[in-house]
Amino acid sequence: MGQERMGMGAAAALGAPALLSVNNIEVIYDHVILVLKGVSLEIPQGGIVALLGANGAGKTTTLKAISNLLRAERGDVTKGSITLAGERVQHLTPNDLVRKGVIQVMEGRHCFEHLTVEENLLTGAYTRSEGAAAIQQDLEMVYEYFPRLKVRRNSQAGYTSGGEQQMTAIGRALMSRPKVVLLDEPSMGLAPQLVEQIFEIVKTINEQQGVSILLAEQNTNVALRYAKYGYILESGRVVMDGPADALRQNEDVKEFYLGLSATGRKSYREVKHYKRRKRWLA
Amino acid sequence: MKPLHILTWLVGALVTIFAIGGLHWGLAQIGWISFFDWSFYFEVSAAGLLQGVMYSLVALGFVLIFKASGIFNFAQGSLVLFAALTMVGLMELFERDFGIRLHWVLAFILTVGVMVLVAIAIERLVLRPLVNQPPIILFMATIGIFYFVDGFGQALWGSDVKVLDIGMPIASAVSPLGVRMNVYDLIAAGVGAALVAGLGVFFQYTRIGRALRAVADDHQAALSVGIPLKTIWTIVWSVAGVVALVAGIMWGGKAGVQFSLALIALKALPVLILGGFTSIPGAIVGGLIIGYGEQVAENFIGLEIGGAIQDWFAYVLALVFLLFRPQGLFGERIIERV
Ligand SMILES: Nc1ncnc2c1ncn2[C@@H]1O[C@H](COP(=O)(O)OP(=O)(O)OP(=O)(O)O)[C@@H](O)[C@H]1O
Ligand SMILES: [Mg+2]
Repeated sequence: MGQERMGMGAAAALGAPALLSVNNIEVIYDHVILVLKGVSLEIPQGGIVALLGANGAGKTTTLKAISNLLRAERGDVTKGSITLAGERVQHLTPNDLVRKGVIQVMEGRHCFEHLTVEENLLTGAYTRSEGAAAIQQDLEMVYEYFPRLKVRRNSQAGYTSGGEQQMTAIGRALMSRPKVVLLDEPSMGLAPQLVEQIFEIVKTINEQQGVSILLAEQNTNVALRYAKYGYILESGRVVMDGPADALRQNEDVKEFYLGLSATGRKSYREVKHYKRRKRWLA
Repeated sequence: MKPLHILTWLVGALVTIFAIGGLHWGLAQIGWISFFDWSFYFEVSAAGLLQGVMYSLVALGFVLIFKASGIFNFAQGSLVLFAALTMVGLMELFERDFGIRLHWVLAFILTVGVMVLVAIAIERLVLRPLVNQPPIILFMATIGIFYFVDGFGQALWGSDVKVLDIGMPIASAVSPLGVRMNVYDLIAAGVGAALVAGLGVFFQYTRIGRALRAVADDHQAALSVGIPLKTIWTIVWSVAGVVALVAGIMWGGKAGVQFSLALIALKALPVLILGGFTSIPGAIVGGLIIGYGEQVAENFIGLEIGGAIQDWFAYVLALVFLLFRPQGLFGERIIERV
């Protein structure tokens, strides 16, 4: 089964140069477990790109390959290349990558529980050397995007709500003054209304700060409304990509990822069955 | 810890000391123990608490490393010995080979430098290759470090008992409020308290300190925001090395620098069980309780049953704690939300 392409990649489709590109990478865990089998994608300058796929498709692995958090999990990029503004970056440490403007917001938020919300935000500025004034200014900026965090600034992060923790995690990443934010399942475990609110803020940040975003999501519906372009991963391969609007109209996407089809909503069991047959035939 | 907290603890401690004194007094009244005298009791308590500060210092080194990397560092005791040996060794070396009497402050600074080098070496040669290994492997590695550092220190500086003279009075005593206290112990406790306060400020208010706490909480997340774990580990081991040095000076200055210093690590274990492996206040309070408890037990109960309670008191107390409060007095509360 080849890659079904409805676009020429995110950069060409959005008419902006690719800031970050992933070229045909292969990722192996523990020297034996092959998880990504040739993934390519682009994050255009200033764009929001969605990376979609079911559980275990390889979204997190792709993000960690870019931010190089993979190495700490005994994973390794064994083929292909990753470039930031044309420069190969896959041998850099996460520390170097954050300095260069690539930062990941991990799945499950991962706040520092025993630190206050404000201390959490400040850890995001660890790699910066501009001095206290600039950092204070950015702290205020984060509080403007997330007023809720200002209210909770002195609370221990472990005792804040899931939504507040997600905001803290995003705010913390912003404190590093990133060019690219890799956002892993920000909607996980949050009420739909809160998801919407957080995505709105992310979109505002994208527009106002020009930060490019790679958004890994299972929540295809929401992701495709905020992203301009999408890649769909299945078992470690990109099986489809295209502009968000086109993906939303696509019958297969409707069926497998949006839970809709021409004949109406399909039950999960039917979908699974169909999928299995499709894989068998492929 | 907020000031109010500390005040509550102080009052609580005083009340406890009086209560335990009262208990012994009662025991003396009904004839279970043959001798009790309040002023002697206070002297013993003070000596025990001051001794406890020393235990706290050693335990502190363990807590720092355990918090930041989840490693139970068996080698901490050998670092105490190594640091003290290095300091005395340097002073002797300068005196013998260059005829210079190195001021102890200079020797201290040089030794801090050596401890940082040791930390770097440990991170490079042991921790880095073993990253991602299960804790038991890292624990075994620290046992290896213990024996290596121990042997290396003695090979380098010799294994005879050395006298560490930093110009402090060993035998003089003062009697504030009528309670006799050893001046050396008082100074040592003061230095220990200052060190702990300094570390507290460092952890709470500096960028590196914040990063250290972040790593202690969630090292993956720390990595993701660009905090380099290797640097942080090196800093933590360096700080633990300096704490070991201070502990080594205080113990070594009193009892001489010799192999038994490495074994005070064994005294730190019950302190940690009492205070909780992840808590700095726990290490302090745990050390104080054990120092005080073992002195009082030795001097009042010990008399009745033939002595030597001091050798096992701490362990029995730790065992009781393991049964009833396994996370220790201050063990980090695990935050769980639903
Ligand atoms: N550290 C690891 N070691 C071995 N295999 C791993 C590791 N991490 C992930 N995998 C495997 O790689 C595959 C892809 O996992 P990944 O976490 O990237 O998926 P995902 O798309 O993010 O899924 P989810 O939506 O559940 O987060 C899965 O089969 C998973 O079991
Ligand atoms: Mg994932």
